[in-house]
Amino acid sequence: MKGDAKTKISYLILGFGQMVRGQWVKGIAFLTTEILFILYMVKFGGTYLSKITTLGTVETYKEGRKTVYGDNSFHILLFGILTIIVIIAFICIWYLNIRDNLKAEALLKQGKKLPSNTKVLRSLLDENFDKTLMTLPVAGVFLFTVIPIIFMICIAFTNYDAKHQAPANLFTWVGLDNFKELLSFGTQGMGMTFFKVLAWTVTWAFFATFIDYFLGLAVAMLINKKEIKLKKLWRTILVLTIAVPQFVSLLYVMKMFANDGLINGYLMKWGWISSPIPFWVDPMLSRVMIIVVNIWIGIPYLMLITTGLLMNIPSDLYESARVDGANSWQAFIHITLPYMLFVTGPFLLTQFTGNLNNFNVIYLLTQGRPQSINLANNAGSTDLLVTWLYKMTINDSNYRMAAVIGIMVFIVTAVVTMVVYNRLPSVRDEEGFQ
Amino acid sequence: MNSEKKIRSGMKKKKIFGTVMAYAVLIIISIIWLFPFVGLTLQSFRSYDPNVEYGGMVDYLIPKHFSLDNYRFLFSGETNYLIWYRNTLVIAVFVSILQTIVILCVSYALSRMRFKGRKLLMRFWLILGMFPGFLTMICLYFLLKQFGLTQAGAIPGLILVSVASSGMGYYVCKGYFDTIPKALDDAARIDGASRARIFLTMIIPMSKPIIIYTALVAFMAPWCDYIFASYVAFGHDASYNVAVAMTRWVWTNDYQGYFTRFCAGGILVAIPVTILFMALQNYYVEGVTGGAVKG
Repeated sequence: MKGDAKTKISYLILGFGQMVRGQWVKGIAFLTTEILFILYMVKFGGTYLSKITTLGTVETYKEGRKTVYGDNSFHILLFGILTIIVIIAFICIWYLNIRDNLKAEALLKQGKKLPSNTKVLRSLLDENFDKTLMTLPVAGVFLFTVIPIIFMICIAFTNYDAKHQAPANLFTWVGLDNFKELLSFGTQGMGMTFFKVLAWTVTWAFFATFIDYFLGLAVAMLINKKEIKLKKLWRTILVLTIAVPQFVSLLYVMKMFANDGLINGYLMKWGWISSPIPFWVDPMLSRVMIIVVNIWIGIPYLMLITTGLLMNIPSDLYESARVDGANSWQAFIHITLPYMLFVTGPFLLTQFTGNLNNFNVIYLLTQGRPQSINLANNAGSTDLLVTWLYKMTINDSNYRMAAVIGIMVFIVTAVVTMVVYNRLPSVRDEEGFQ
Repeated sequence: MNSEKKIRSGMKKKKIFGTVMAYAVLIIISIIWLFPFVGLTLQSFRSYDPNVEYGGMVDYLIPKHFSLDNYRFLFSGETNYLIWYRNTLVIAVFVSILQTIVILCVSYALSRMRFKGRKLLMRFWLILGMFPGFLTMICLYFLLKQFGLTQAGAIPGLILVSVASSGMGYYVCKGYFDTIPKALDDAARIDGASRARIFLTMIIPMSKPIIIYTALVAFMAPWCDYIFASYVAFGHDASYNVAVAMTRWVWTNDYQGYFTRFCAGGILVAIPVTILFMALQNYYVEGVTGGAVKG
């Protein structure tokens, strides 16, 4: 233990040193955190923390017509995690407190004055403005993203599912059992289904990203042509699909291609087909349809982005190419495309990972259907990992496997990002086109 | 001389042919793009009175009898349509304002200030973003329930969840702030302006395009929010937003002719949102393009 008496007392009573030295604002802030922490631990956190290794042992039972509630595993896990985090946060604050004390001590020793209370407060609008700005957003992310994610990662290692639902039943830690189930290829396991869904997820993301990209680029170049008039009109027509809320446009398109929908109706009326084309019933066809409908949504978006970028390409590049006798296709392959890929590389990557998790298009069009007997756990032929995860949570209350799938999605996304990102030309060679 | 003329006229012909082709392609594309919207509009004017015309799914485009039945139905109070609409509007307005404020704060701090753990925080948030959002659904539901923000209280609950984590979406806005020269800040600081003052009186007025972009994107998202909204409001009709309620109409299918009502309801949702988007289109383009290049 370093420091003088005031500092040493601050090891136990946070903020003591600051208060004695006249820095009331800081001192009270530190002391209040300590009091709140102790109250929290005694009244609330302690009991949950002590049960976190078992997630509760007291079963809920019925005494006559009355239900006597035992331990609630869900609460124990969630509040246990919260308590651990609160403890870590408190240790950090404690450390800050000690450091602040030592700093103040050193300043006084040198004969300097400590910053006054008003100055401390005012610094929150100036050199410490970052703290003012960031506190609430960081706290929000922490409470509504970080804690839930930690909680769900933990769920992947428990047997929390329809049969073990709090508060009626307890659930407990099961180690890696869920991961083994996901990757086992026996009749009970989900291995085959998982890899089929994963394969479709990656295929979908690939097509959805690149087809849209190239077609969007083509449309942008078409409208950019000198001879084309009414550029604004064409763009506005296309942009409609971005402006209209997707649940309206996608649900309508879904119904349009339904067995009793418009398209089949007209085709049959004209005598081109005798029975409806099973757009949403045939597994292969519905996959193609999803990609096609996604083009309808994706092209305008990419057109908007690429239109601006195309204009940034120096026109003398094209002129010198024409002097060298290149036709427009060669100019596209050797000038436009490399430039665009270079500039939009990181964007393509985020598009790809975004499409891996593109919930809306799939869910509004097919909800993952058609169902297949070859797939376990109610997965459908067009299910992505995320829609499968969603259905497991909502329909089957299979929280443990949903959590495992969620972790898998994270791994896939993270691996793709890491592998691709470092190979991107614009990352490796920032000066490339400048 | 003569052959050269021929080549030139040949090239001209080729060029005209190319232009005609380009127009043809554009017209075909426009028809494909517009068709669903035309269909949606036409079907919304079909009657749902079974004596006049069936209100469910039919296999023809143009209604035999034009009527305003569906719109009348929406405003009649037989369903909570007006409440759903109000819910969505309230969510969209609040989310738009609050989310923009949060993103501006985070972006300024990350762009202009160098504090301990800044890089770490950015990397941490990047990794967090790789987890699928729905993973945390049941946990968020539980958290909201503790504060009474589900079912009847779903509207403030949804706003809270959308705003709470919005700090992570700072990329585009920070990218924009990064392009504003730091020399401006430094000059103002030498003149004695505090960070807060620089932020409020210099940076914000200079960032109109990105503020409009951020607010627009935030405003449009709630109109499509089906997943979380349906989970949080579960079973409480008056807390639905339009997406949840209308989706139900389509999925529980059209045995009562709800399909044309969905079309009418969808049109009423789409019109204001579309007009707003079209009016602010240029800001949107600037935002997405900037975001795409920054990555």
